[in-house]
Amino acid sequence: MTGSAALQGLYQQVILDHAKEKHGFGLRDGAAASSHQLNPTCGDEVTLRVHLGDADTVASISWEGQGCSISTASASILSDLVDDLPRPDVRLRIEAFRELMQSKGTIDGDEELLEDAVALSGVSRYVTRIKCAMLPWVALEHALLEADGALGAEAGAAR
Amino acid sequence: MPTPTTVMPPVPVRTDATVTTLTSADVERLRADFPILERTVNGSPLVYLDSGATSQKPLAVLDAERAFALHETAAVHRGAHTMAGEATETFEAARAQVAGFVGVDADELVWTSNATEGLNLIAYGISNASLGRGGDSSARFRIGAGDEIVVTEMEHHSNLVPWQELAFRTGATLRVIGLQDDGHLKLDEAAEIIGARTRLIAVTHVSNVLGLVNPVEDLVAMARRVGALVVLDACQSAPHMALDLRALDVDFAVLSGHKMLGPTGIGALYGRRELLDALPPFLTGGSMITTVQLDHSEFLPAPARFEAGTQRVSQAVALAEATRYLSAVGMDRIAGWEFALGQRLLEGIAALPGIRVLGPGLGEERVGLASFVVEGVHAHDVGQFLDDRGIEVRVGHHCAQPLHRRFGITATTRASAYLYTTEDEVDAAIAAIGDVRAFFGAV
Repeated sequence: MTGSAALQGLYQQVILDHAKEKHGFGLRDGAAASSHQLNPTCGDEVTLRVHLGDADTVASISWEGQGCSISTASASILSDLVDDLPRPDVRLRIEAFRELMQSKGTIDGDEELLEDAVALSGVSRYVTRIKCAMLPWVALEHALLEADGALGAEAGAAR
Repeated sequence: MPTPTTVMPPVPVRTDATVTTLTSADVERLRADFPILERTVNGSPLVYLDSGATSQKPLAVLDAERAFALHETAAVHRGAHTMAGEATETFEAARAQVAGFVGVDADELVWTSNATEGLNLIAYGISNASLGRGGDSSARFRIGAGDEIVVTEMEHHSNLVPWQELAFRTGATLRVIGLQDDGHLKLDEAAEIIGARTRLIAVTHVSNVLGLVNPVEDLVAMARRVGALVVLDACQSAPHMALDLRALDVDFAVLSGHKMLGPTGIGALYGRRELLDALPPFLTGGSMITTVQLDHSEFLPAPARFEAGTQRVSQAVALAEATRYLSAVGMDRIAGWEFALGQRLLEGIAALPGIRVLGPGLGEERVGLASFVVEGVHAHDVGQFLDDRGIEVRVGHHCAQPLHRRFGITATTRASAYLYTTEDEVDAAIAAIGDVRAFFGAV
């Protein structure tokens, strides 16, 4: 016996694949800024570096962390998504993803905008797992703020 | 009595033949007292295996709290009317009941919000003594630079962080007794650490992650030799085994109500009488004073000195009922049942490929819980998979990050049983755990 339809919806194959393949895994030098985010309830953590092309473009992210398949897949998906993307578009996608995560399953997500990240839409039905999926996205948000000098030395916790 | 350098062998194996225990039929009967166990979760019958985090409450406990609210509500230890008197008597009878349950006298038991508050009460009492509060009688508690506080690597954060903070406030040094690979305390290391500088040893009776029972007698013996105090975290032992704090000879101990069939918001602190009477108060205000002047106050003796403000009366009454319920079932029989369940769980999980269970192996004394790692699958995902089948377990670091770090991991999955847990539930959990790796493609 395997999991229910609901569980299959949460753990879609694309998520399990990303959790294994971990695109962007391994911290690289030459980052404009980085952020370390921790989920204190379970100990999951991610360190994410943002590499800028020019001032207005995210060239790539690199990351390392320990976490469940949801947070790991989320970081891998995010890595694909923001590859060589203008910063306003990155911001748009972070906002769209946050909205998706807070939707309690009422929206499916815009696949053109979020690509593989829509596979994480099932997470929004599981209130205890939303933080797992948001962890790398919050890290990217903080890293970009840090790159702009908008953050102090102490980055806030994941929200 | 062992010498300080003796490494004690594991606690002798208890065999079924010598242990009184509940039977499956007993458990089926008493499950009727816990209607919540009949609910479903995600379309499956509930299998509640998170009693180590919080226990379910029997009807008798809920009824006791409601009955007090319905018929007896009045302020305790103030007011002179009939109901105030009755409520005070009920409140104090609850104290005597819970104190008796752990083998101590009523005036040695302080109500707290939870075990964490109890531990902070001790730590801040010592802090206040170190600042000179309490005068000569509290001098025995004063600590400072050069003194040492000893904890263990397996402590729950609630029995670690308050001592870290006490060390920071007073300049004392925190020392830590490490763990063997099987989770047992390194007693030879304990014997080296516990010495003339040691003022206090804080240790858990039963580990909330490893399920093992610590050799409290050995640690108390080491403490006595050097005149150190012993603080026992009994949160994971009091619900699951007969407990006699006087016989254990510890100086302080804390209990958590909601882990032993009682409500949340209530716990208790035991302190040896002469120590409680000498310890300066932690929380101050109304109800803990004799005379209040504008510039200073005199305090009541223990336990009232430590019970400032309006107390958790209905919760205390309900916790007393919980201990009556446990005693009626029989703590030895509960311990016997949970030991067998723990062994069944351990044996079943350990036989699965790619599973690593923390703590001592089969045959050694453990309570009815097992924390484990599934190779290639994060604990959060294990928990989610089990939850899908209605099996409720705890995932994460279980408020014991240093313990997990010691074993090179960040999180485990923990299944923990109680008196109402059945063999079928344990088997359902084992079967589900066996399916986890295939689902996540980890085989």
